[in-house]
Amino acid sequence: MIELENVAYSYGGGELLTDMTLKVAPGSFHFLTGPSGSGKTTFLKLCYGALQATAGHVRLFDRDVRGLGRDDVAVLRRKIGVVHQDCQFLDHLPVTENVALPLAVSGQDADPEQANLKELLAWVGLTSRANALPPELSGGERQRAALARAVIMSPDVILADEPTGNIDWEMSQRLLTLLVELNRMGKTIMVATHDLGLIRAAKAQVQTRVLRISNRRLQMAGADL
Amino acid sequence: MSIDLRATARMLKFDEKADRVVPPTGFTARLTLFSAFAMSFLAVFALALSLAAGRVADRWGSELAQSSTLRISAPAGETATQTEAALRVLRTTPGIVDARALTVEEQRALLSPWFGSDLPIDDLPLPQLIDIIETEAGYDAAGLRLRLAAEAPAAVLDDHARWRRPLIDAAARLRLLGWAAILLIATASAAMVTLAANAALAANAQVIAVLRLVGATDTYIASAFVRRFALRALTGAAFGTLLGIVALMLVPAGSDTTGVLTDLSIQGIGWVWVVLIPPLSGLVAFVATRYAAGRVLEDLA
Repeated sequence: MIELENVAYSYGGGELLTDMTLKVAPGSFHFLTGPSGSGKTTFLKLCYGALQATAGHVRLFDRDVRGLGRDDVAVLRRKIGVVHQDCQFLDHLPVTENVALPLAVSGQDADPEQANLKELLAWVGLTSRANALPPELSGGERQRAALARAVIMSPDVILADEPTGNIDWEMSQRLLTLLVELNRMGKTIMVATHDLGLIRAAKAQVQTRVLRISNRRLQMAGADL
Repeated sequence: MSIDLRATARMLKFDEKADRVVPPTGFTARLTLFSAFAMSFLAVFALALSLAAGRVADRWGSELAQSSTLRISAPAGETATQTEAALRVLRTTPGIVDARALTVEEQRALLSPWFGSDLPIDDLPLPQLIDIIETEAGYDAAGLRLRLAAEAPAAVLDDHARWRRPLIDAAARLRLLGWAAILLIATASAAMVTLAANAALAANAQVIAVLRLVGATDTYIASAFVRRFALRALTGAAFGTLLGIVALMLVPAGSDTTGVLTDLSIQGIGWVWVVLIPPLSGLVAFVATRYAAGRVLEDLA
């Protein structure tokens, strides 16, 4: 599914990540922790092909990203749903069209009236906000809209980068519930976070694997998590 | 960005949903529309100038290239004799199809634009004119002058070359200038559209990031921008061309024999070029935006 083999990433003459090896099994739930600036976002970007490793190999669905063109990587990325902390949206389009964007870019039916889209908005609790513009949404609503957009293509993998960074505890629990639900549906989840409370709450509900980036390397987290 | 015909065809295909992903950008929209409008307006004039210059060059060339004039300026009693001698020489000169002495009425007609039609031509010591029609290859002017000097010393040969060549050269150069102006206009249009597209793409870096995040290919992203700019250029150019045609119609018309300025009109096959201005403008915008999009997407990767 996602496989990293001795991956390193350098930028501006310095090595940010080094010798990273990981095989993400289908249906697993991973947390990625580490201090701010440790390279969690960079690691996730390597996992969905937004960045190219400067050494080693990244394989997405058994295809080495290094040998692929940008358009090929874009097509592969449709199998991976991504949720960012800052939830990037097209601010001039309403929530429904933003959520349906992955369908539109892949040439599928992106009609805002279609049943799947309505069900998805109901699932994340945004039915009443369907026609709102992204700047009109609260932090929690933006995160849920981003999650809806991430799963609309029914991807095999969902990567979330600090999804609870800008929302309160109650809202982060609601988001975690949705992620756990997706994992129970067989989706592979990887969440980068420094919110230890979120990790503990998840461990109480599903089997998780916690990884930590420390000194530019990927490690298994200790038993305290 | 390398040329990919399938990607180019996809870019040209209308896709309302794809076009909506690019937010409306007022400044670049107005800039592209206006520059396409202004450039097409100017292109119509440059084209009209070039076509008119071409017509004048062709007309002067064909009218003057195969004719010469011989002037007999002899004392009154010798004019007839020298005219006969000159005609004999001319009729036996290779390269001359016909030589004919102008009648009094014809000479009066030539002078009437300057002196009026009631000119008492019989009282004036006018030279006798002989009209010479040449073959395509022409004659040996230097050899003919030598023979005339011997047999009709009062004859002066004017083969029109002295003043014909500069006129034709000037008209041809004017035609070339017209086409050069059109080329410059197209280049300036491309530069302006490239700048506007660069500005729009740079201003929409966030939009591009979102589209990439959800799996949009570079072709899809570029298409949304390329179609928008090509359509704007096409619209602006259509209005500019239309206004250019109207303005040309307001230029006072002269007779067919007058020069470039009074013959600044579009005729016959020239209309094909005029009709091509808007689609060519759209094509220039398409290529320029595609180039700009390719570069910006590469930079943002």
